[in-house]
Amino acid sequence: MPKNAMIKINPKEYKKDDLVRVDTVIMHPMETGLVKDKESGKYIAAEHITSVEVFYGDEKITWMEVSGSVSANPFISFYIKATKSAPLKIVWKDNKGDVTEKVVDIKV
Amino acid sequence: MDRRSFLKTTAFATAGLTLGGSVLFPSNAAELVDNPPPKKPYEEALKEITKGKPVSDSDKVKLVAPEIAENGAVVPITAEVELPIEQVKAIHILTDKNHNTRTLSVYFTPANGKAYISTRIRLAETMNVVAIAELADGSFIKAQKPVKVTIGGCG
Repeated sequence: MPKNAMIKINPKEYKKDDLVRVDTVIMHPMETGLVKDKESGKYIAAEHITSVEVFYGDEKITWMEVSGSVSANPFISFYIKATKSAPLKIVWKDNKGDVTEKVVDIKV
Repeated sequence: MDRRSFLKTTAFATAGLTLGGSVLFPSNAAELVDNPPPKKPYEEALKEITKGKPVSDSDKVKLVAPEIAENGAVVPITAEVELPIEQVKAIHILTDKNHNTRTLSVYFTPANGKAYISTRIRLAETMNVVAIAELADGSFIKAQKPVKVTIGGCG
């Protein structure tokens, strides 16, 4: 089931070849697998994002390996150079095979 | 409506709500397992990243983290490498006493324009946060910062 995700470009107005900050957040519990269930004494199974991929147009420009040590509802921000008008697509994948995609358009 | 039938209806309605809630939000019934995921100590994570190459301290890596984090579950950190983006391949964030010390690895391309990453991480106890930058020539530079944690964040 895809999760809720949000992408925000900072600043909102930019020109060609400007550096813009991309703020991303996804609603994900990020279970580490270390938390014990109080009733049964067993561990709550790990469920966290393992990879984030960023595509600008057809090109994969950034990718990340994420572990359970990242906080719940992970917020990640990075920069891109706005060189062309193209969709910026971010794909989050978790260890349960869950895939979430979100696209924003970069217009220069 | 008399008192008896009123009580009956409300009881049913409440039961229905509880049941409906658990069907609507299945995540409440989390999957349980016997064993936690395997531990990854700092040395092992470091070896995985550098393949045994030396890592030198450098002021080119800027790591911003709070000195004291009241809540270890949400510690904001920012890492930036002050070198042209063509020279930087990746930034790895490590936390030297967490269960899984390899927290986040970010791989860049020149389309990024700037080697910068900002996120929020979990710290189980007071420990060092380490940012290792992997450069295009195959060398590694790092910056580290101790963060004091009052309430741990890894359960």
